[in-house]
Amino acid sequence: MTKQIHLAAHFPGVNNTTVWSDPASGSQIDFDSFRHLAQTAERGKFDFFFLAEGLRLREAKGRIHDLDVVGRPESLTVLSALAAVTTHLGLAATVNSTFNEPYEVARRLATLDHLSGGRAAWNVVTSFDAFTGENFRRGGFLAEADRYTRAKEFLQTARELWDSWAPDAVAADRESGRFLRPGGVAPFRHQGRHFDIAGLFTTPRGPQGHPVIIQAGDSAEGREFAASSADVIFSRHSKLEEGRAFYRDVKRRLAAYGRRPEDLKILPAVTYVLGDTEAEARERAVEIRRAQVSPQTAIYFLEAVWGRDLSGYDPDGPLPDVEPNLDEGVTKGHAAFRRDRGEVVAKWRALAEEKNLSIRELAIEVSAPQTFIGTPRAVADEIDRFVQTDAADGFIFVPHLTPGGLDDLVGKVVPLLQEKGVFRADYTGPTLRDHLGLSPRTPNRTEEI
Amino acid sequence: MTLHLAVALDGAGWHPAAWRAEGARPDRLFTPGYWAELVAEAERGLLDFVTFEDALGLQSSHLNEPDGRLDQVRGRLDAVLIASRVAPLTSRIGLVPTAGTTHTEPFHVAIGIASLDHISRGRAGWRPQVSGRPDQVAHFGRRPPFPPQDYSPDRDGAFGEHVRDLFAEAADVVEVVRRLWDSWEDDAEIRDVATGRFIDRDKLHYIDFSGDRFSVKGPSITPRSPQGQPLVTSLAHDTVPYEFAAKGADVVYVTPRDREDATAIVERVRAAEAAVGRTEPPLRILADLVVFLDARDAAGRKARLDDLDGAELESDARVFTGTPGELAALLLDWRNAGLAGFRLRPGVLPHDLAAITRGLVPELRAAGAFRTAYDTGDLRGRLGLARPASRYAKAS
Repeated sequence: MTKQIHLAAHFPGVNNTTVWSDPASGSQIDFDSFRHLAQTAERGKFDFFFLAEGLRLREAKGRIHDLDVVGRPESLTVLSALAAVTTHLGLAATVNSTFNEPYEVARRLATLDHLSGGRAAWNVVTSFDAFTGENFRRGGFLAEADRYTRAKEFLQTARELWDSWAPDAVAADRESGRFLRPGGVAPFRHQGRHFDIAGLFTTPRGPQGHPVIIQAGDSAEGREFAASSADVIFSRHSKLEEGRAFYRDVKRRLAAYGRRPEDLKILPAVTYVLGDTEAEARERAVEIRRAQVSPQTAIYFLEAVWGRDLSGYDPDGPLPDVEPNLDEGVTKGHAAFRRDRGEVVAKWRALAEEKNLSIRELAIEVSAPQTFIGTPRAVADEIDRFVQTDAADGFIFVPHLTPGGLDDLVGKVVPLLQEKGVFRADYTGPTLRDHLGLSPRTPNRTEEI
Repeated sequence: MTLHLAVALDGAGWHPAAWRAEGARPDRLFTPGYWAELVAEAERGLLDFVTFEDALGLQSSHLNEPDGRLDQVRGRLDAVLIASRVAPLTSRIGLVPTAGTTHTEPFHVAIGIASLDHISRGRAGWRPQVSGRPDQVAHFGRRPPFPPQDYSPDRDGAFGEHVRDLFAEAADVVEVVRRLWDSWEDDAEIRDVATGRFIDRDKLHYIDFSGDRFSVKGPSITPRSPQGQPLVTSLAHDTVPYEFAAKGADVVYVTPRDREDATAIVERVRAAEAAVGRTEPPLRILADLVVFLDARDAAGRKARLDDLDGAELESDARVFTGTPGELAALLLDWRNAGLAGFRLRPGVLPHDLAAITRGLVPELRAAGAFRTAYDTGDLRGRLGLARPASRYAKAS
């Protein structure tokens, strides 16, 4: 059976994937940029538009990191405004469960679901760093081991709040004088390790019942959490073979929760470059990677791994001869550098020696290549192959340019997917659950996750 | 001089039986179209701004706990998100949502309102709201239980102390939010390809707020917004909240019963400004009124709603019933007490809002007391407030 592909658009982030030095690069904060990208995605009949979140500016060597795009709006506020200028596109917000409370998050997501006519999604993330906690009155430091217990309990509590209003709780019946139906709003009471709350929830159940839940965890625990509770996985496995392995592993876990494989969509985050010919696309891909790794960014990459100041080194010269300082970190708020740095240094040195690479060339070499590179036809075929061979159910596209970074994908690749009959020619329902082919949530007041 | 005229939007209107009135659309209260139409109507009337009520608990006629009533509007959408939902559909009117100071993180408020200011291109405001309700504390489970609220004349001193604490905390929240709004200088983004730097990090600032109750590091994650400092507005009925407004707000809403009361309240607000050492500019003082407007027998319409609800409407603000012309005369009289304008609470939506924009506004305009076109400036500018430089910017 031919699978239908799901597509999502990621607003360019605050890391070096986003190229700001290009003359075509627009504002990362002006609403017109968000409108442009969202309307482009909707023109392409995408499932949803995705916003990431980071609640503290990244730092390097004790100072605010200044080489990448910096500055973002509050996700839900922007998505609510985008609901006014789009009609079908799903609207996904990343909202942290460490620095928020269930009562507020649940009401804001239910609000977005109402204000968008059933298009809200929530990417549930949990941080445990005290660094970000410094921006919050309650601090919010968590032990790393508590991440998933907190996230799970947070989501469960939010579901209890959403379910506390029956779907038909609002009668608004002038004749009988009943605004609410008797029993339509039940008191909630949640007592758990992380939350002990009780009372009445403020917001009627949204059109989708519950917003679509997105989860990005990759550890065994994260996969289990997604299998039990999520509708979509934001996956990092964008290579064919590892994508298939991940897909198999996660889908296999669903049965234990009484769920079917199609109840959880696996969408790897991917990048792409198009050209009129394969060679032209490859050339552009290299140019983009050079723009993504400026000389200063190359030094920064090495500093993050070496754990020391390398500003005296020439980015066009050989790798630093000093040994890494493995006890110290120089970056904060940057998720990419938590792996074993000693091993990385050894690997990079060997690679630089083998290929005779300068610092910058090495940094470019080790940065992730774009996922799909080629002519629109080749890229469309590749996307389809990934999905039909169960490496994914679709993709979250991360453009390198704001706001025009998906223009050519939507203009040139999407029509080919539609022609193949593997991607919708138009939306068939109003809600994001409709786009994703997910069944509606029925209220369950004793739900266990 | 033009009067400043705002409208306070809440549910189906400020009468508890408003949802049962002729022309009400109670089935649409939780739809975006309902709010978009109301704000569009207010903008057609060239009003200064609209406010959006909110609370982190279900509406209740009881001071301290839910009332279990099914015959009044219950349920709300988040006010900041309603404001941002209507922002792209409007172009001039100010948008002033309520967000709490007692349970909500100041960091989230700061980035939410700054984002609204970006989206609306300089039309955002904020109404910080203190919550003393014991039932709301239990929705968060993060702080010790609150004592019951008691506003009787013979209440004990302990409750007054509790209220003072909540307002002191709210003052810290406003201070944090304002610092975060200033934590990026206007020209922090440089996009300097030669040095590879997107920002000049010397123009981003840690706010390093540390108070008795909490601390916040900063800087904001959101660049400085078009107004720099979105408009901060506060509702106040007594000395403690007057002083809270005098410390942190740009606009204060007050609730005089009559013209003499308005004069007395204005004096108390000015005294509060002196007491907290407020420097220029002075608070813009707007008086709140609940209004029922008809060419004839608005009082009868209101009385019928009272009958439906089973009680006479109670309000902290003066309840006005009459013609738009009579209301215009009252406003023009009261303004002489030193009021910059009014925030009107329509008894029934959309009826009394349309009566404001189509009845009251032309009356005021005929008296030379209301604008005939929107200015081109931002919301602060409309209220006669300059755009402040970031407090962290070095004088050059």
